[in-house]
Order: sequence, then structure tokens, then C-alpha cells
Amino acid sequence: MKALHDFVKGFEPAKDNKLAHTTFDAFYTFLFQPDVVTTDGTHIKDGMDLKRLMVNVVLALQVLYIFGTWNIGHQHFLALGEHTGMLEGFHLKVIYGLIQILPIFVVTHVVGLGIEFIYAARKGHSVEEGFLVSGALIPLIMPPDIPLVWLAFAIVFAVILGKEAFGGTGMNIWNVALLARVFIFFAYPTTISGDEVWVSGIEKIGTEYFAASYGWAHGLFDMVFSSAGLSQFGAGGQAVVDGWTGATPLGIAAKEGWEGVTAVYSTDAMFFGGIPGSIGEMSVPLIVIGMVFLIVTKIADYRVIFGGLIGFVVCALLMNAIAPPVDALTVDTPGIFKFMAIPWYYQMIMGSFLFAITFMATDPVSSADTPTGKWIYGFLIAFIGLIIRVMNPAYPEGWMLSILLMNTFAPLIDHYVYQANMNRRAKRTSVMAEQRNELITKRGATHIFDETSAADLTGTGNDGSFKRGATV
Amino acid sequence: MKSLKRLTGILSTMLLVNITFQSQAQASGSNLLFYGLAAVALLIFFFIVISVADNFMVIESNESGINGEKANMGLYPRLSEIFSKKAPAYLEGEHTYKLSKGYDIPLEGKAADHVDSTTSATRFAAMPPDFIGLKPIPKVVVEVGDSVKAGDVIYFDKKKDRIKFVAPVSGEVIEVNRGFQRSIASIVILADKDQVNRTYTVPSEGASREELVEFLLESGAWAGFRQRPYNVIADPEVTPRDIFVSTFDTAPLAPDRKLQIAGREDVFQAGVDLLRRLTPGLVYLGLDGRETGKTAFSNINGAEKRYFIGAHPTGNVGVQMHHIHPVGAGEDTVWTLDVNAVLLIGEIFKNGRYNSERVVALAGATLTTPRHVRTYAGANLGELLKGNTLDNVRVISGDVLTGDAVGTEGYLGYYDDQVTVLTEGNEAELFGWLLPLKPRGSVSLTIPTFGDFAATTNTHGEKRAFVVNNVYEGVMPMDIYTQQLMKSIMVQDFESMEGLGIYELVEEDVALAEFACVSKQPLQNILRDGLNIMLEQG
Repeated sequence: MKALHDFVKGFEPAKDNKLAHTTFDAFYTFLFQPDVVTTDGTHIKDGMDLKRLMVNVVLALQVLYIFGTWNIGHQHFLALGEHTGMLEGFHLKVIYGLIQILPIFVVTHVVGLGIEFIYAARKGHSVEEGFLVSGALIPLIMPPDIPLVWLAFAIVFAVILGKEAFGGTGMNIWNVALLARVFIFFAYPTTISGDEVWVSGIEKIGTEYFAASYGWAHGLFDMVFSSAGLSQFGAGGQAVVDGWTGATPLGIAAKEGWEGVTAVYSTDAMFFGGIPGSIGEMSVPLIVIGMVFLIVTKIADYRVIFGGLIGFVVCALLMNAIAPPVDALTVDTPGIFKFMAIPWYYQMIMGSFLFAITFMATDPVSSADTPTGKWIYGFLIAFIGLIIRVMNPAYPEGWMLSILLMNTFAPLIDHYVYQANMNRRAKRTSVMAEQRNELITKRGATHIFDETSAADLTGTGNDGSFKRGATV
Repeated sequence: MKSLKRLTGILSTMLLVNITFQSQAQASGSNLLFYGLAAVALLIFFFIVISVADNFMVIESNESGINGEKANMGLYPRLSEIFSKKAPAYLEGEHTYKLSKGYDIPLEGKAADHVDSTTSATRFAAMPPDFIGLKPIPKVVVEVGDSVKAGDVIYFDKKKDRIKFVAPVSGEVIEVNRGFQRSIASIVILADKDQVNRTYTVPSEGASREELVEFLLESGAWAGFRQRPYNVIADPEVTPRDIFVSTFDTAPLAPDRKLQIAGREDVFQAGVDLLRRLTPGLVYLGLDGRETGKTAFSNINGAEKRYFIGAHPTGNVGVQMHHIHPVGAGEDTVWTLDVNAVLLIGEIFKNGRYNSERVVALAGATLTTPRHVRTYAGANLGELLKGNTLDNVRVISGDVLTGDAVGTEGYLGYYDDQVTVLTEGNEAELFGWLLPLKPRGSVSLTIPTFGDFAATTNTHGEKRAFVVNNVYEGVMPMDIYTQQLMKSIMVQDFESMEGLGIYELVEEDVALAEFACVSKQPLQNILRDGLNIMLEQG
């Protein structure tokens, strides 16, 4: 290992070549934990650093990547009416998914990390790890057919204006991944309005949908598959199955309510994630696995997540109460009431609420700082997000906007929590001063230097009402 | 709490409204929520029936006198039985604080439970930099070659010339070392074989507070008094609100304070008696509630005793003060002393002599026999550690969180009673951040620690901007938002600093947060900067 270390160190560029040195340093510290020792302050340090903190989130996202890759292919073939079984044509689905997702992943990282490296070199500090998580999140919240140029533009916008302009990782006020998403959403509104184009490789010609023709990469794999005797992609260009619209559950729900949704997608499919949508946000069980992992390891704060779940349920119940009863819904009822009448547990498995509250809202940099603030922050994200989802016809999903909105207000929430803390502490001190006076009055009753009489003196102490730890 | 209740109230009302709407709408009964709630209600009903029956059984058993020992005869375990070890019986009726936050870093190399009297040092130093708030160049009144008794004045601050600093041992002054910009770094004394102590005529029992203060200033014991806020040497002009003494140390590999007063209980008692005459308020002793039984400290009279149960930093006097009665500027100024300082004063008032003897822990995984030794303040560390091979190690006066890396040529700090030896972590580790194969401490569950381990001084990461994952709040058993306080120090926002509690903190209180910090921020240095600014502002 020492030899490997020396070998790697041999490539270290000169310090005055800033960009090269920063880049080397980034890869070196990725490969090795450096031999730096503490100089001031504590002599030992916790094994947890920002890299490890961030990589745990990336770890929690891996199951979503695997599922998302398969699901891209699955949705593609489902639309064509081929390989409709979950495991039928598994190799085709995975390869199809990989061909879609890999370029997105590569572009995200090359562009995002490239900007990080340049800025780190210019500012003369080491490359910070913030983009590890942003870079893992961005592909998951993009539609599988996203044009790579749009993606690159979005990332340039998000990283430069959203992060580097504020001073880098730890200083940004908005979630970087969501900024990239919001850029795409507002820059290309006609194509990404959120109710179509979520299934990869389907083209609209006139009013009809057809499969796009496959590229050279598919052809390459076709040769491999044909020699192995497996099913192949073929030429493409076939028509989709009858009645296929490609609409997402939320798109349908806004017009036809829960009945309309279940007519197209089964509850099971929505729960397990076999429906069209952004790459990584569909599968409820897999997101819950990530959620539990992040909560147990305390990487993400449970307060934000539980606050969000409570806010979601409360908002959904409120809407249920406003909407007419489920069996009173008719064809003529406006779509918005049908949407509002959907109970919270169905609302939760549609769309990307769980993904957003687990991975986006808990971003430690842009969320509220204080434990109390985090409850409020999480609650409001879910509450406002559901309102945007249901009541605003322009936006089929609300989490992106509500999280960015609450990112903006997080410092305000914190400000009031800090003020409350200051007041509480001042109040506590004055209460304790009274108790001390009481103790001293009692003591005055006996002679101060008489040891035997002092022995049985016990004070009243404080009543424990302001303590953090409980009194036994 | 009130707001939480209100929230619950609103939530349940909304739930009720919703159910009412829906249940009326759906007489057919396909409403999952309704049935779910009905099932829960049924369960609660059964639970109540069983509980009531159980309570009758318990009452009956109590009446018939079966249950003499007040054991739990009920069906369900009590909450305290599930979640906490039963508090020892001796804590009953005592003021006990249970602090759930904090972390004991499980380090290897704890000092053995006995005092080794054979190890001795020959060189001792008095070091002006040990004391915060002094001018860097004090007036030194001895010269190289002079011989001094233990307790003889050797230097004093030019501004605060009432506070005298004295020789820890008797012997010959062999070095006056200068440090940065001609400041006095240390005054080294070669100790005599037979120690000669300075003797005192102590003030009478009825002496006024002013007389006592004057005597203490001259005696050389004043250096043991530290003032909160700021942790500087106590200002003799100020009358402290209260005096706090922590009698246990929870820092990693800390010395056993019980050994420090073993056989000197009467001296400690004399010290406490003296302290009571210095404040119009109370003298508080912080005691360790994790001890299995009463200790010598529990038998000290005349002080308010407060027991604390919890992991580090519970033993810090600052944390204890926060829970007993927070300090502040002005009228809320208090004094703190450590056990050694109380013993020093006790020795002067009980036996009329200066004796800086103290029990010091020599700890660390690399030592062959970690143990306690009896020596004097300012002992040379290299001599104390004789017999150990010290290759690629860091020798620290103090604990691993707050101590100074002074090396084997360094001396034990005035307020220190611990020497820790750590292996240097100057070795790169392949994917060390991803796969922590070598043991390392962590408050995070993603890095499990199995039993005690030997820590190194590796930084385990690089300095980054603050990232809020509330790890500070998890290890600070205080109602203080550490991170916000640090940020307000950095931007010098005085009001926030005061409001967020800078007066209550000193470096040792945030040391554990600095250890746990994922951004590797130097919290202790930031805090000291803030304290210095506040001190300058008055």
C-alpha cells in the first residue's frame, strides 16, 4: 500500500499549476485519506468527514439507480406492448435503461465536477464534496429522454449561480439538484410540462405515437444478443399499443381523479414503481429503504422527514374535508375536486413526495439549522407542496417549488428559533436566581462555619422544568 | 410542549372532521381509515381492561403486604425499568441531573487504579502561558541559580501585580526560557531531594473576606481560582456569585479524582470550608452519579452537592453550571476551581504550608503501564514517561480533546492532571474515508467502534464550511446552539454571542463538538477568539 501511495504521489503536479494540482488533490484525497495530523485544538478527530457523510447519501440512492435503469426499459417496452412481464426481456430493459441513463450520468458529472474543479483552483482551496450528492441526485430527477444539452445548461446554471456564487458547498441557500430541475422546467416548459414525454423512446408523429428508431448502441447489443440466442431490440418504429397516452398518474388525477388513475395504473404498480416518471423517484419501498437508512445513521434528519409526513397527511385530510364525498363525485365534477378527494395514502404513492422529502428536503446545507426549525420546515414543505400539486393546474408536481421556497425561508425560521432560545435562556437564568436566593435564605438560618449543622442542609434546588436532562 | 399539545389537538380535530365527512358519505364502509381507527380503538379498549385488572392485582398485593420491597408487581415494566439502569440507591433524595447527550470516546490505555509513588521527576516548570489573561512578559523576580522554596514567589503580572505566582517545588532555578517575541515560556526548577515548603500564618477564623483574599493572593494559591465567563484568573476585586467545583473528570482517559483525594479528605474539606467564606452565595460540588456508591467527595460537608449522570462532557464544570445555575457577565460572574486547587488551598489552611502535590494519570495505548503517579505541578513529562519507547507519538499535557502537545521536553500544565500519549496518524490510508478499516472514534453509527481502541492524531478529513447535521447538538448537553454561536463569533455579532450563551462556554465544553465535527472546524479556537473579543469589550 505504501508503494501504491508513493506511485500516486509521483504524479503530483507542481503547486503553481493550480488547476492541475487541485484536480490531482481531489483524486488523491478520494483514493487516500491523507497523512495530515491535527495541529491545534482536539488531538483526535471523528472518522466522519464531509466525504463520508455525502457518500452515504449516494449509497442510499444506489437501489434507486438500479431500479430506475430497469424501469426506463420496462416503460419503453410496456408502451410498445412488448415484454410486458416484469422479468421478460430483462436484458433488453436493463441495456435500454443503461443506454439512456449513462450519458445523463456522465454529462452531469463532467459538467458539474468540471465547474467545481475550476472554481476550487481559482479560489485556491480543495474540491468540496457537495457535488457528490447533487451529481447523484440530478439524474434521478430527470426524465429519461432529457436532451443532454439542456441538462448541461441546467447544471451550469445550478452550480454556478446556485452554489459557487454563494461561496461553494455549505454556503448555498438553495438545493443545487432542484435548481437544475427548476431550470429545465422553466426553460423548456412546452416539452417538460410534466404530463408527457416521461416514457423513453416514444415519438409523437401527428396525433399518433411511435417508437423511435434504435441507435447504433442498440444495434451493437443486438449482435451480442442474437449470437446468444436472446430476444433483440430490432429496428424500432413500431406503433404503441392501443389506448396508450403516456400520461403520468398526476396528469390523469388532475383531470379525472383517483378513478381515472386506477383505470390506467394499478395501485400496486404505483406503490412498487412500475410506472412512467422521472428516473429514480417512482418506487415507494426502495425510497423507504433509503429513508430508513438515512434516519438510522442520522445522515438525514428525521425531523424534516417526519415533519414532512405529518404536513402531507394534514394537508391531504384538509383537502378531503373540503372536497365533496368520494361517492358523490360525478363525471361533471370539476377535476380539481376529484383530485382533492383522493385520500392521503394514495396521494403519497403517486408522484415524488417521498423521494423529495427524503433526499431533497433533508439536504443539510439548505434546510433549516435548528432541530425545532426542521420540524416546521419539513411540515411546511409538504403542506405547501401538496397545495401546489393539487390546486395549481400549471404545475403537475409541487415538491421542487415548495422545497426551494422553504429553502428561501429556512433562515427566517431559524432566526425565530434562535430568538426563542435566547429568551428561554434568559428566563431560565432568572428563575434559577430566585431558587438560589431561597437556598441562601435557608442557609442563613444556621451558623455558616459549624460543620455539623451544615451537614444536614439540603437545598431545594431547581424544579427541573427547564432542564434538558430529566431529574431522577 | 404547549405548542405540541395544541398541534396534537388541531390534528385530532381535523382527523375527526374528516372521518365524520367520509363515514357519512360511505355507509357502504369501504373506508380504510375508518376501519383502521376502529381497530385501534378496540385495541385500546382491551388494553384498558387489562390494565385496570392489573392495577387491582397490584393494589391487592400491596394491601396483603406481599410487596414489602416496593418491587414492581404489575404486568408491565415501569418505563424506568426499560430505558435506564436503575439509579443507585445512594442517589435517592439527592439532586441528580441525568444528561442524555454526550459521548465517551472509548480509548485504550486507561490509567490503572493505583498511585505509583516510585516515578518521580527532577525538573519542574512554572509556565506563565498556562494562565489566560496575563501579559506575555511577566515580571520574573528570580534569576538562574537562585534557590527557592515551594511556594516562593517567582513572577507576577505587571498589570495585575497583586496575583503572585509561586514555585511548585523547592530547588534551584536552572532555566528561564523565552518564547515568541521574548515572552516568558517557562521558569524551570531543578527540585531538591528533600522538599522544603514555604509556611504560612493563616488568617484567623473570624477574618474578613478582604483579609482572606489578600492572604490568598500573596500565598500563590490564587492561580487556582478561575473566573467564568472567560476562564481567566479570578479578578480579586470581584465577589463571585457562587463557586463551582467539579469533582470528576469524564474526558477520555481522565485521571480518577477519587485517587487524588484519597487520604487527603480533611485537606479537601478545609479547602471547601475556605471557599464558603469567599462567596456570599453557594459552593457547589459536582459529583459523579455514575459511581456505584458514595465516594469521598459525597462526604464533604458544607457544599451544595449535585450529582450528574452522563457521558463526557458531563464532568466539565461548565456543563454542570449550565444545569445548576447558568453564569453570565457582571453579577452572574462565578469562580471555578479544580480538585487540585482546592487541595492546595486546603493544605495552606489546614497545615499552613504550600504543597502542590498532585496525582497525575499517565495514559495512552502506547504506554507499557498506564498508571497514576504522584508528583508536583509542572513536572517534566519526559521524566514521568521514562521507560516507554516513544517513537512517532505525540505527548500531550492534558486530555486528547483539550491538552497541549508539548512533547517529552515539555512540562505538565498548571491546571492539568493528565499526560496522554497518542500515536501520530501520519500515514495515508487507502480509501480511509470510505472503508475505515483502522479503528477510529466516531459519534456516527456508520463507523462502529468495538470496545476500546488506540486512536491516532490523523485528521480523518479536511476542513470544510459548516454543514448543519446537528451533530453538535447531539454531543452538547447544554441548551446552546453551538453552530450559530460559532457563526456569530465569526461575524462578531455581539448581541447574538451574548444571547446564544458565549458566557457559559469555554474551550473544553465545545471540545467534544470539535471532535465530532464533520467539517473539521476549529471550534475551540473560534470560541477563544470570541471570548477574547468579549473580554476586550468589557
